[in-house]
Amino acid sequence: MRDLLPKTAPPTADKRWRIVDTAMKRNGYAPDGLIETLHAIQETFGYLDEPSMRYVASSLRVPLSKVYGVATFYHHFQLKPQGEHSCVVCLGTACYIKGSSNLLEAVRTRFGIRSGETTPNNKLSLLTARCVGSCSLAPVSVLDGQTLPHLSPEELVEAICALDDTEEAAQ
Amino acid sequence: MNLEELESTAAHERELCAGQKCRLRVCTGTGCASAGSDRLTQALRERAKERGMEGEVTVTEVGCLGLCAEGPLVKVDATDTLYQNVAPNLADNVLDSLTGEAAGITICNEKQPFFARQNRVVLENAGHIESDRIESYIARDGYRALLHVLAEMSPADVVAAITQSGLRGRGGAGYPTGLKWSTVAKANGPRKFVVCNGDEGDPGAFMDRSVMEDDPHRVLEGMAIAAYAVGASHGYIYVRAEYPRAIKRLKTAISRAERQGLLGSSIAGTSFSFSIDLRVGAGAFVCGEETALIASVQGNRGTPRPRPPYPAMSGLWGCPTLINNVETLGSIAPIIRCGAPWYAEIGTEKSHGTKVFCLTGAIKNTGLIEVPMGITLREIVFDIGGGIPNGGKFKAVQTGGPSGGCIPEQYLDMPVDYESLREVGSIMGSGGMIVMDETSCMVDVARFFMEFCMSESCGKCIPCRVGTAEMYKLLTRIATGAATMNDLSKLEELCSMVRETSLCGLGQSAPNPVVSTLRYFRDEYLAHVQERVCPAGVCPMTARKGVATHA
Repeated sequence: MRDLLPKTAPPTADKRWRIVDTAMKRNGYAPDGLIETLHAIQETFGYLDEPSMRYVASSLRVPLSKVYGVATFYHHFQLKPQGEHSCVVCLGTACYIKGSSNLLEAVRTRFGIRSGETTPNNKLSLLTARCVGSCSLAPVSVLDGQTLPHLSPEELVEAICALDDTEEAAQ
Repeated sequence: MNLEELESTAAHERELCAGQKCRLRVCTGTGCASAGSDRLTQALRERAKERGMEGEVTVTEVGCLGLCAEGPLVKVDATDTLYQNVAPNLADNVLDSLTGEAAGITICNEKQPFFARQNRVVLENAGHIESDRIESYIARDGYRALLHVLAEMSPADVVAAITQSGLRGRGGAGYPTGLKWSTVAKANGPRKFVVCNGDEGDPGAFMDRSVMEDDPHRVLEGMAIAAYAVGASHGYIYVRAEYPRAIKRLKTAISRAERQGLLGSSIAGTSFSFSIDLRVGAGAFVCGEETALIASVQGNRGTPRPRPPYPAMSGLWGCPTLINNVETLGSIAPIIRCGAPWYAEIGTEKSHGTKVFCLTGAIKNTGLIEVPMGITLREIVFDIGGGIPNGGKFKAVQTGGPSGGCIPEQYLDMPVDYESLREVGSIMGSGGMIVMDETSCMVDVARFFMEFCMSESCGKCIPCRVGTAEMYKLLTRIATGAATMNDLSKLEELCSMVRETSLCGLGQSAPNPVVSTLRYFRDEYLAHVQERVCPAGVCPMTARKGVATHA
């Protein structure tokens, strides 16, 4: 039946929308595949914007409010574009008792961003995680996908600065 | 693949391993990986090649060897030696040790209690197999239990065996697994599902991550046996998005098992078919609750619903659904292989078998351990864990994450089982064990967990949504030195209110960290409220005039 209904066109002509379409197709365009589809968009484009959520809503035939509801319910989904580099500070119990809040504070002091924010030049995004499951290395942060163990605030700032020109981000 | 083929694959793989003159097993668990084990693997391979030892030395990447604190770890099979803290620049020293004396590298004593006191059942393959190669799992008796079940046992026999083993849910609540299986087996429905709960959201716990990453086939085999027992033909593994490596390895494992005919249609030539799909979570702690997990698998916001009906009667798409935790499913194959009585022998009268714990915090040997139920906390913390580093003094051990509590020194000799832990106001939980010394403030710890519950509350029921926020505010007042005794009694009232009236486990157990710290460390709360000081020097106490603010 769904195949007979008119298909919605992707928001832009970007070829990467095919990846998203494949994800929806794999679940037979069923509303059940909503989270999978949102994952596909975020993996492809880095975040979920309004046109993409509208596209998913009309393709899966679910209300836009539901798409928005799901996208905002789960911490993993980002509604704003992310910086070139990402720094995820783990705030799990083991990291917390070993002082991970000092790591956050150090990044805030140096780069002027709080958790969930991106520097104005789009170089660095600061995020927090509930637990990245590397508790034996506490406190840890994940910098561009790489887990850094036993961090001191200074080491973290240094590691961030070592990523090409994030240095400018501080200005 | 039938039993004969399985055995020939296993024999072939074992021969292959035996044929390797010298096998180096490099731990690539998260701990060792971030300490540089991937660079070490590369260095070992390169140096072996340059030194012309290529034919003799095989470098394999294996899962967690356990002692994360001393990583990277390398096990040399030929000399039966484990080396610790092997930095990538020590590759040559490892290769030297094959022909002569080991110099410049530290030998890790495998006779120390950390290793000797463990009893590895779920983690039996960790550190031995290469997770991406199904042959490696098969060589260690993998899938033998599944084929045995399909050939020799009826579904009812399987349920009976699991019941007899005394296995209880390892996700935290400890519901008897056999009972759950028999409820789903008896339920009527055109379709049934098996779901593996890999949404390990407890901060401070990474056991399931380790099992999924290091031994993914064990989970698949457990699920297939469960599906056969309850009559399901489709399953889902719900895994956290925060575990990208587990997702990748599970995907690989599923496709390898399908290719070998150990998953999919007509498994081992029988009429039993079972397929598995992966569902990736999106960062919501509440999705570990089974009804919320079901909502999430179906693409919705993860909000729990009242039970009954239990998922065993009405779960995914209204069909009977069996939901088990990763570790529970990981215990199934050994139980079938070695027999239910063998498993029931391990542990205590009411809690059988072994439990995997993540030992972290203020402790010397941080890492992953598997111990028999009934072991005492003292043995875990001081023998296996090696005690508190830097001459610190033990204060409490936190189990059960945000749903658990802090256990003080006076209970260190208590056996670890579901009932004892509940008696002292904590829970077994999924297996996080965070040791705290005198530098931790109990009010601060309670506030940390309350902040967690507050922001993870799904918002569906008011006691949890509003209650956790109010409790957090009160705890903040205490931590800043602005609280009165009235606030303390309000906090206690709220604890019982939220516990009694919340809809799901998240809300019902959210007060636990506060209740248990109030029970054992009331003097610390009183010091904050009456004397306006934080004995551990952690809390900011900014409301008190004349006190320098905590940096």
